[in-house]
Amino acid sequence: MTILSILTMILVLAGLFFFLAGTVGILRLPDFYSRLHAAGKCDSLAAVLMIAGLAIYNLDPFSFGSLLVSAKLMLIAGFVFVTSPTATHAITEAALVLGVKPWQRKGRKRP
Amino acid sequence: MKAKIATFAVMLAFWVVLSGMFDAFHLTLGVVCCLLLAHFSHDLLFYGEDKRGWGRNLVGFIAYLPWLFYQIIIANLQVAYVVLHPRMLELIDPHVIRFKTKLKRPISKVTFAQSITLTPGTITVSIHDDEFSVYALTRSASDSLPGEMEARVARALEPDL
Repeated sequence: MTILSILTMILVLAGLFFFLAGTVGILRLPDFYSRLHAAGKCDSLAAVLMIAGLAIYNLDPFSFGSLLVSAKLMLIAGFVFVTSPTATHAITEAALVLGVKPWQRKGRKRP
Repeated sequence: MKAKIATFAVMLAFWVVLSGMFDAFHLTLGVVCCLLLAHFSHDLLFYGEDKRGWGRNLVGFIAYLPWLFYQIIIANLQVAYVVLHPRMLELIDPHVIRFKTKLKRPISKVTFAQSITLTPGTITVSIHDDEFSVYALTRSASDSLPGEMEARVARALEPDL
């Protein structure tokens, strides 16, 4: 049990927690837009945490090759970070243009 | 010309990381490809005029990132709390807010919009000139906008502030 594997476990478990929260959010939230919050966001952090965990785990027998693979993994994390909000934004605007009605709190009886 | 050299450097670093081969053949291929790319599409990566220079932009942006990560983690925990709460429908209050931004440059507007979307609970729907439309999940998520995040983006990327 090295420090690296403990760090990996913390990162991957934190990623799993946020993925779980995102999935529960997709199932529980009332409408399209609020589901996007859960889908697009919890996922971006969760994916980055898990990829960072894997990159650290991969470093363990340290060599130049493993460093290169970890660098590629972190590149994936960076691209997820840039593209995920862009996609969320595009989907939201498309839905607004198409006239998908947002769920409103007022004028609706409490469940 | 500066844009071409910078594009070439970024592309070559990207090539080396992705290929992982350091023999003469692969490096030559990479250099040729990156030269062609830098020649034909140097205006895509480093877009437009820039008074401050990319070095200072990059430093400001990197200094901004740790704070952004911190905000993302806090906001993610808040959304996770709301979502896992037994009486979730009483906590959420989806609504759209609009506000004017002080940011002038396209790059800082985009950075600000992406930061808003990355922090959970808020999505940037559209930017028209300097008016942002932000869709927020809870009242507390939209209360803090534009606020500190805009100030920090301005400090990182705007020339006159």
